[in-house]
Amino acid sequence: MGAARNTDAAAAAEGDVLVVENLVVETTGRNPVRIIDDVSLTVAPGETVCLVGESGSGKSVTSLATMGLLPKGALAARSGRILVEGEDVLSARPSRLRQMRATRMSMIFQEPMTALNPVLSVEAQLDEVLSAHGSMNAADRRSRIREILSLVHLPDVERMCGSFPHQLSGGQRQRVMIAMALVLEPKLLIADEPTTALDVTTQKQILKLIAEIQERLGTSVLFITHDMGVVADIADRVYVMRHGKLVESGRIDTILTKPERDYTRDLLTAVPALSPRAARRATSKETVLETSELGMVYGRASLFRKREGTVAAEKVDLRLTRGRTLGIVGESGSGKSTVARCVMRLIDPTSGSIRLRGQEIAGLSRSALRPWRKRIQMIFQDPNRSLNPRLTVGDSITEGPINYGTPKSEARERARQLLQLVGLPADAIDRHPHQFSGGQRQRIAIARALAMEPDVLVADEAVSALDVSVQAQVLDLLDDIQKRLGVALLFITHDLRVAAQICDDVAVMQRGKVVEYGPTAEVLGNPQQAYTRELIEAAPGRHWDFPNFRPMPGAEAPLQNSPGG
Amino acid sequence: MERRDATADAAEPVIRRQFLPKVALSDLRLAPTIAAVCLAVIVIAALLAPLIAPYDPIAMNPMERLASASLTHPFGTDAYGRDVFSRTLYGARMSLIIGVGAALVAVLVGLPLGLLAGFFRLLDAVLMRVMDGLMAIPSILLAIAVVSLAGSSLWTVLVAITIPEIPRVVRLVRSVVLSAREEPYVEAAIAVGSSLPKIMWRHLMPNTLAPLIVQATYVCASAILTEAILSFLGAGIGTETPSWGNIMSEGRLYFQLKPGLIFWPGLFLSLSILAINILGDTARDVLDPRLGKKRDG
Repeated sequence: MGAARNTDAAAAAEGDVLVVENLVVETTGRNPVRIIDDVSLTVAPGETVCLVGESGSGKSVTSLATMGLLPKGALAARSGRILVEGEDVLSARPSRLRQMRATRMSMIFQEPMTALNPVLSVEAQLDEVLSAHGSMNAADRRSRIREILSLVHLPDVERMCGSFPHQLSGGQRQRVMIAMALVLEPKLLIADEPTTALDVTTQKQILKLIAEIQERLGTSVLFITHDMGVVADIADRVYVMRHGKLVESGRIDTILTKPERDYTRDLLTAVPALSPRAARRATSKETVLETSELGMVYGRASLFRKREGTVAAEKVDLRLTRGRTLGIVGESGSGKSTVARCVMRLIDPTSGSIRLRGQEIAGLSRSALRPWRKRIQMIFQDPNRSLNPRLTVGDSITEGPINYGTPKSEARERARQLLQLVGLPADAIDRHPHQFSGGQRQRIAIARALAMEPDVLVADEAVSALDVSVQAQVLDLLDDIQKRLGVALLFITHDLRVAAQICDDVAVMQRGKVVEYGPTAEVLGNPQQAYTRELIEAAPGRHWDFPNFRPMPGAEAPLQNSPGG
Repeated sequence: MERRDATADAAEPVIRRQFLPKVALSDLRLAPTIAAVCLAVIVIAALLAPLIAPYDPIAMNPMERLASASLTHPFGTDAYGRDVFSRTLYGARMSLIIGVGAALVAVLVGLPLGLLAGFFRLLDAVLMRVMDGLMAIPSILLAIAVVSLAGSSLWTVLVAITIPEIPRVVRLVRSVVLSAREEPYVEAAIAVGSSLPKIMWRHLMPNTLAPLIVQATYVCASAILTEAILSFLGAGIGTETPSWGNIMSEGRLYFQLKPGLIFWPGLFLSLSILAINILGDTARDVLDPRLGKKRDG
């Protein structure tokens, strides 16, 4: 990787592993839509090239085209060439394509659970690749499988061979995927968002693994991602895509320090800084939400079951004052969403108390809870699913107020005002959710929550499903709303960058427990617990100050050659 | 955070992938079109039976017993000299009433039961065991038992045919509700204080409509067939009210002499059921969310 970084792009034209020339991909059908418009890129031997873009930019379609995997009858390459080691993928016959895959180029996907076959053992899946492409005998295949599995650092290789995908963790599954992709030592590895579904600490390990294997086998990597942090950590060169077109390309340090195009600039400035926001002065001392000793155990022993339950949250003590933002950060399975759902009373906590403006709500019955429901509202992760697709925007927003007796006309008038407050036109009220983009839908979901005039807004990964530029806008909106309405925000996220930007206080959760809790500047600036430090160190691109186009002050090296430093 | 502003929303494009085929009028396939036309002709003929039928379907004419097909009697006459063409037209009315009626009743009873079973776990346990029990009874046997206990009339036949269909509808609705209730928009509705009936009606019920329409077509076809079988076995509606089943039932004695007695009502019966099933399949293809939701805009 280090050697490749110095290779000049022009000089590398000879002997490039992958050359894409003027690729055009269109939808098939009567009115073709251009998905990829005149894209050219190259990948030199041993080089890591990142293809960056937001959703719909065409980066995944480019990778599918390279693998010869464009969905038949839906997308087709209209012109251009894709040369893998000098051989054109677009004109190759299907049988030749099958040979080329795995031997010359291979791909790893975002979701290893769906990319692996759930009914075959790890060994059987690897063996299938080997026996389909090689002429190895059974004994050789056996030893090759064990060799590659130990290369990707899977523990207890014998046991792994007999395991099925569901018995492995997400990181282990991704390692198996990588082993499968590399078992025939292809020259080109295409990685399509391979770490997006993983926790940051696991992501760090996987990135490190890819870099290590690349060094050992000399594989070229085309890495597709939306995460600028990952790009800063691993890329030699970068291509930025938008709306199916190439916006800008260049060496990583050039792109990060001197981006030429506005879009690249916007993409970088939208990355939230990892340094915590300046502390805000407390405007009110009134505690709106407080939990003490909150606990949630799933599947407790009952008359029929004699087993220990799964502890999802244990002794969680949190306190949120008016107008402030409290973040809960942690990896998947840390119990952060469980706390949010308990507080919302979408699930009933098994122990502890929740006080909403002084009123204990943990044990209230459905009817006794009703008047308190409107005081606390939630914004969900995926706005595609949290809005009923069959209802108009207006019907969704006014549902709550009408439940509490507001006349319909008044509720609709209020809904119009709220839509304008969240930055949408008032006439959006009669449209359906699918007519809006993801960011706009999340604005609608925020308007729905605000229609109840709550004291507390619970945002459960509310910006995680959004593109980075849209994410920045929604975070600004939440900030703005908080200033105007003085609502308290309980912000659940796995993204330390986002937490650093929006939270006054942060609680770090691990395995159902709060391990560190305090003002954001202290927790993220001077972490006391090993786990918090681990999380911060695993955050991709932490040595880079993206919005200011420079390395973080005090970072030991401007660019890290190995991921995560 | 002042470096960005919310007006940049214009730079946020709505990307709609069009990987899935869109259904347009010009894409109509041959089989469903023919099926729809066939069914429409049969329905219209049934509705206009009193106008079209050349004879009274129950008027006997001993002089013209077992006449062959001719201009005066297009399908011939039966053992009592009744015009088979007129009887087949009137029979269509009975068969369609049974089919549509069974589908409607099964949906009207099954939908609320399914919604409740999908939402309340305790009720689910009890209700679904009852439904399992109902499904274990062979439908023809149950129908024969009901008809022989309560006498044969349109209503008893309808009830006897519908009861075994209800558990299928309940199961279907329940399964849709079970998955739909996990959707975040249902949790969002709980969070804004919507009552349970409102959540069920407004947020859960619409999800069941598409699969219900498909299921209803199958119920309809199967009810028409069951009625024909019951009539054929002599446990259906009396022959003074012609239905395709009882016309065939009477015709079987003279089948070798006059095959038309079974052929014509049988042809209409097969055509109707085939058409309804094809339309049901088409409805499933169009409405199934896995094959892409049809969306406007």
